[in-house]
Amino acid sequence: MSFLDFAPAPESTSVLNLRTSYGLFINGEFVDGHGEPITTISPATEKPIAEIAHANAQDVSLAVAAARKSHDTVWGRMSGTDRGKYLFRIARLIQERAREFAVAETLDNGKPIRETRDVDIPLVAAWFFHYAGWADKLEWAGVGPNPTSLGVAGQIIPWNFPLMMLAWKVAPALAAGNTVVLKPAETTPLTALLFAEVCQQAGLPAGVVNIVPGLGEVAGAALVEHPGINKIAFTGSTGVGRHIARTLAGTDVALTLELGGKGANIVFDDAPIDEAIEGVVRGIFFNQGHVCCAGSRLLVQENIHDEVVEKLTRRMSTLRLGDPLDKNTDIGAINSREQLERITSLVSQGEAEGGVRWSLDCEVPQKGFWFRPTVFTGVTTSNTVARDEIFGPVLSVLTFRTAEEAILKANNTPYGLSAGIWTNTASRMLQVADELRAGVIWANTFNQFDPASPFGGYKESGFGREGGRPGLAAYLTTEGAR
Amino acid sequence: MRICAYAVLVTTTEYDLARTVARLYYDDNKTQDEIGEALGLTRWKAGRLLALAREIGIVSISIAESATFTEQATGGIIATERSRAQGITDSSSLRGFLSRLSTVDAVGLEGRAGWIASRSIKNESKRAALDTIIRLIDLTTLEGADTPGKVRSLVAKALIPDPHDSTTPRVAAVCVYPDMVGHAVRALGAKIGDGVTGVSVASVATAFPSGRSTIDIKIADTRYAVAEGAGEIDMVIDRGAFLAGDFDTVFNQIVQVREACNRADGTHAHLKVILETGELRTYDNIKRASWLAILAGADFIKTSTGKVQPAATLPTTVLMLEVVRDWFALTGERIGVKPAGGIRQSKDAIRYLVAVAEVAGEEWLHPHLFRFGASSLLNDVLIQRQKMTTGHYSGPDYVTVD
Repeated sequence: MSFLDFAPAPESTSVLNLRTSYGLFINGEFVDGHGEPITTISPATEKPIAEIAHANAQDVSLAVAAARKSHDTVWGRMSGTDRGKYLFRIARLIQERAREFAVAETLDNGKPIRETRDVDIPLVAAWFFHYAGWADKLEWAGVGPNPTSLGVAGQIIPWNFPLMMLAWKVAPALAAGNTVVLKPAETTPLTALLFAEVCQQAGLPAGVVNIVPGLGEVAGAALVEHPGINKIAFTGSTGVGRHIARTLAGTDVALTLELGGKGANIVFDDAPIDEAIEGVVRGIFFNQGHVCCAGSRLLVQENIHDEVVEKLTRRMSTLRLGDPLDKNTDIGAINSREQLERITSLVSQGEAEGGVRWSLDCEVPQKGFWFRPTVFTGVTTSNTVARDEIFGPVLSVLTFRTAEEAILKANNTPYGLSAGIWTNTASRMLQVADELRAGVIWANTFNQFDPASPFGGYKESGFGREGGRPGLAAYLTTEGAR
Repeated sequence: MRICAYAVLVTTTEYDLARTVARLYYDDNKTQDEIGEALGLTRWKAGRLLALAREIGIVSISIAESATFTEQATGGIIATERSRAQGITDSSSLRGFLSRLSTVDAVGLEGRAGWIASRSIKNESKRAALDTIIRLIDLTTLEGADTPGKVRSLVAKALIPDPHDSTTPRVAAVCVYPDMVGHAVRALGAKIGDGVTGVSVASVATAFPSGRSTIDIKIADTRYAVAEGAGEIDMVIDRGAFLAGDFDTVFNQIVQVREACNRADGTHAHLKVILETGELRTYDNIKRASWLAILAGADFIKTSTGKVQPAATLPTTVLMLEVVRDWFALTGERIGVKPAGGIRQSKDAIRYLVAVAEVAGEEWLHPHLFRFGASSLLNDVLIQRQKMTTGHYSGPDYVTVD
């Protein structure tokens, strides 16, 4: 037996104590939904996990009403110090139940336990801790005189980082005194419902957090169109974001959108090469590439192209695809059949357009949705794989000769969410960063997140920022603005 | 080149025997094995007598002043076969080569090491890993208080790490100071080997651990250890010269020590070059020193003496593994890596195995290409091994002290 054939090291699911079915979480209680319930499955095995109630428009109205009442009578009037206590309590409960959340997220989403354990859940706790600290300091957030909450926030989150996206939205909203109605993604509602249990456990007043799983076109649309909403925060596809923006145009509902991306990872010839390779791998294969800020385009200086590609494929060959619950798995399952089909079709198109495809040579489980980590070389800016967001473990490699060309190519996309620069020359790093039109730019690293650091996009990647003070400001209004 | 003379006391019998061996070797072109057989000596004893013959002047060897040595006198480098193949023939080409190496980003490297450290090695993989670790250990004692008795005890432990479990593999080598080499060789007897065929004897040399002495002393130190029967020499580089930017001195000393590792029969004691990474401080320095050592002729690059903190770390070892991987890609030649000092737990050692396999490749998990310089690690591995057999932990009293 080869040493690298690591024996299975599965994380135990015994820490989970799931119910067979989950209702909607409205006004502090689990209630029946009136939409068609669905069974959420594990994308790694296609096995059912639990039955999830779905909300219809009426359920959403109930949730908004509960949130309104709670905002006007309890949460909105509560002192920041007291709101902070609840948020700190939630943060600590998440830390205490971290293993449980990690296993649940891995089961429901298909991402490796290594990531949920080491990245997702610690960041969730960090987000609540960070914004808990802000709750009694709103006046010092620098947003203007006498900042107050907006009211009821409708929040719609995607399936790629289910609990983390919840934390990014719920924590600042609550710290600022808003109440929320949150719709998790159709394929990944599980951890949001476990979070509802945490709210109960923390004794959070009823109606502050309401969770309404459901279909986008039903529950999501009802939430966006509801007249009792003061703010919509959406993370997801550019198409849906555009639809939401149209719906809300002309109303006084505040809106932030965090949409797609086609991030460029720019590697100059003086970069720390081995670490750049590592950053490129993390940039695109982290979370199976289901990351809106993924570095899905590798722009490499032409004189080191061959070396970089050789080292990259070599590094990729140590990636382990398989059971997401195995602690050694690097690449988990694709979240849904629909997403797998989208990736497969875009990759075929990439091949048809002349891209040279290299995919990891590895076994793929019989059941579930899987896609081998893939690199396209010989890609030009006009190729589909260099333009469309694939949202999967697929990297396109392009070359450039000068910094000007790198900037030109990196900016040549309708998106503008993230970029990475790899160089040992600090002046070039700053100059290139200055000229890239992307909301987040990483230098000699990639996919690093911190609650103190704002995150958001340019152009079709959306507007508004999450994280840090700007993330707080997105849930506040001030005296002059009222 | 003449080494500075040692005061050597020999008996007349020994003198005569050394003369006989030298005649057979140089005049009759016999190998050390053949001489040993003819005179009823071991090959090692024959080798030692040969060295003695050179040392006390029975044999005098003169080497013509070569062009490279003239260069050295004027401050150049003694180019090696490896360095010439990379276009490195003088100071400036050496400096140029080292400065063109891509830099190392500390955060990224430590992140990579963190990824490796999070691998979870369980059950049969762990069992196999524990045995592999034992096979890769250079069981070490490097104390001023070392005695022949201590060395004999170390050798016994190297051969039979766990007397209660005959399936326990033996270690690769014992690592001792030069004056203990003879004792180790005699204690091993016929069980001596190259780390695979039998337990090898490694000797630190070159004014270990500081390296603060003249090159003549370092060469003499090395020759003495080789003559005593050391199969491997762990030398230290001149960190002072390296940090001062005097790469030539560091390079030349390695070349000269490597030459001193040569045996009369054309083979050589394997040379491990200790970079003392804890004193080089930056990953960029460690990377340059690794390349420099390989270019100068190292068979192994080794992190530390164990006398300076920090000694071996996982990021440092990952970096050195990247260097040997790149050297292999460049030349097709495999260089070994030896982390030493501070690796005490099986859990840590397993992380190093993962690093070796994922960074350099599984071929490196071989005593000829990877070693752990360690003393207390072996007992921890034995305790873990016993636990996997019996299902419960024993304790330090159930493994032997060495």
